[in-house]
Amino acid sequence: MEAKNVYAYKLVSRQEYFTSGHRACQGCAEALAVRLVGKALGRDTIVACATGCMEIVSSPLPFTNWKVPWIHVAFENAAAVASGVESALKVLMRKGRIPTRDIHVLAMAGDGGTSDIGLQALSGALERGHNFVYVCYDNEAYMNTGIQRSSATPFGAATTTSPAGKVVPGQVTWKKNMPAIAAAHNIPYVATACPSYPLDLMQKVRKAVRIKGPAYVHILSVCPTGWRLRPELAIKAGRLAVETGVFPLYEVEHGRYRMTVDAEPLRPVGDYLKIQGRFRHLTATLTAEIQERVNADYARLQRKIRRGEGA
Amino acid sequence: MGKRIGIEVSLAAAEAVKMADVDCIAAYPITPQTHIVEHLAELVNDGVLDAEFIPVESEHSALSVCAGSSAAGARVFTCTSSQGLALMNEIVHIVSAMRLPIVMILANRSLSAPLSIWNDHTDVMSIRDCGWVQVFVNNGQEAFDHVMFAFRVAESPQVSLPVMIHMDGFILTHVIEPITYWEEEQVRSYLPDRVPLFALHPDRPVSMGAFGMPSIFAETKAAQDEALIHSKAEILAAWAAMEQTVGRSYAPVEGYRHEDAETLFITQGSFGETVSLAVDRLRAQGAAVGLVMDRLWRPFPFEEFRRAVGAARRLIVIDRAVSFGGQGGPLAIELRSVLYASEARPRMANFICGLAGRDVAVDDFEAMYRRAQAKFQQQDPDAEDFEYYGVRGK
Repeated sequence: MEAKNVYAYKLVSRQEYFTSGHRACQGCAEALAVRLVGKALGRDTIVACATGCMEIVSSPLPFTNWKVPWIHVAFENAAAVASGVESALKVLMRKGRIPTRDIHVLAMAGDGGTSDIGLQALSGALERGHNFVYVCYDNEAYMNTGIQRSSATPFGAATTTSPAGKVVPGQVTWKKNMPAIAAAHNIPYVATACPSYPLDLMQKVRKAVRIKGPAYVHILSVCPTGWRLRPELAIKAGRLAVETGVFPLYEVEHGRYRMTVDAEPLRPVGDYLKIQGRFRHLTATLTAEIQERVNADYARLQRKIRRGEGA
Repeated sequence: MGKRIGIEVSLAAAEAVKMADVDCIAAYPITPQTHIVEHLAELVNDGVLDAEFIPVESEHSALSVCAGSSAAGARVFTCTSSQGLALMNEIVHIVSAMRLPIVMILANRSLSAPLSIWNDHTDVMSIRDCGWVQVFVNNGQEAFDHVMFAFRVAESPQVSLPVMIHMDGFILTHVIEPITYWEEEQVRSYLPDRVPLFALHPDRPVSMGAFGMPSIFAETKAAQDEALIHSKAEILAAWAAMEQTVGRSYAPVEGYRHEDAETLFITQGSFGETVSLAVDRLRAQGAAVGLVMDRLWRPFPFEEFRRAVGAARRLIVIDRAVSFGGQGGPLAIELRSVLYASEARPRMANFICGLAGRDVAVDDFEAMYRRAQAKFQQQDPDAEDFEYYGVRGK
């Protein structure tokens, strides 16, 4: 597998499209993921960015970190703005107003901008079948506004609006399965990724852009600030999310599921939870409950993969 | 001269959008805007119009798609009404600040609640300060002409702002009127292809829609206001060019028998034509009355308005919207402010009427004239406060 090739890293472009000097926090794995996605897509890319961490850290007027054309309009509409860009390119090329060539359209948003407020616009764009890639940078809460819970916040996590209280132990709902929602639109490509596995991530983004039609890539983006984690542990935390089965790395190509990183045998979820302050309050019972849920979700994913292999 | 045919105004407006060779249309259905987008969808699917028709899942996305398309350099159109405008409100304000040329027809309709599909200007007034160029049209021909006007003004490099055409729902959108089409050459000479100042393209990367710290925010807003105020020169030039091209002339403020009038009706939108009939009748009865119609709503034509009012000392301002808890209708409030600095401050009677499409006929305007004169006779300045006309229980 290419991702395991030690030389493959040397082939990664040295060109930066999301430059240094941005204002993201120390150890921000989301900024790393954005950088890797940029390298995977290359210069012929137009980015439609939702309001959120990556927008504010990269575009304080009159500065910009973007070497590719970039537009931010609002919080919930990155998919719609990208739809507009894609449609315009198509018609302007057809009418001969701009030269015909391949230009990638990327929409990007956080977990709030994707699974909460932007879900409708995303669903519309996926259903209409625009030729674009949508990347959700999931740091599992509204980090930009101060670590409030979203529908992507995992069970048990303490946030400022799901605090670990005397009675309620943090977030009491389970993480919304956004990749499954995207896949339910029967789009040609859906994948999960994590910058702790950079080659896997870039391969998926390249595949997403090669395939005609809408593609959705869900990237777990460790947030040391919001997860109450030492910045130097950000990459390790991403690895543990995968190795414990909390965030499996897989892809869904034309409906066929495939695991891209083999993490078995899975480590106990405690290994992942215990390094994060947001889970500090969890009791053994709650950890066991999470382990049970992770096992069940992982088994369900394996069944989907086996069905794909049988088909 | 182009062909003159009887056609529903919505279809004519769509035909004008087609003649303008629009690139992208994004819209979500809402009464009474529907006939416009239905006809555009038909033109695209029949291969008559080479454009992308993007049938979005909400008005919020409609304008967001337009933002993306316009930023990429396309000629862009959308239309909506009432609740649709309310839902896209967030983006309405953003696209003007981002200086994105977009043309929108607002088929004017009441804002809920109670839910109503009929015409008034409560939707218009909800986005009065949104930074778009805004014009009212009184009839179908004006609607057709102002589609061309709107694209030309919006895309002019000196303007680069979105333009909204206010067209009364049902009263205009759903009536059949004789409309003179433009010739293809007339459109081509009046409306050149869009040449964007900046467009999203890899060969010339730009960042659009940055965020502004307090140290720079106020400067961007002042610049935005300046851009809207200065758009007036291009607006006037576009109307002058239209007169050259098709022989019809328009102005920011238009009058009817107003020059020697002592009392003036002030209207926006399709009420103008009805009031002009009332003016004729009242003139026949010896009243020195006239009409001033506001066409350009933003940027507001202060000078033209003061000139049109001239020596008239009595104004009857007709509002189709309410400023709840305010001093009458939004138009009256605006005009009071405009005339505050004038030495001979005219007296003003303000009537709020025609909400949710309730019919206001020629007789009604005659009655308003008499009611206003009675108010003007009284010394009590409170007598000049606004009133709801023809409302039961008032």
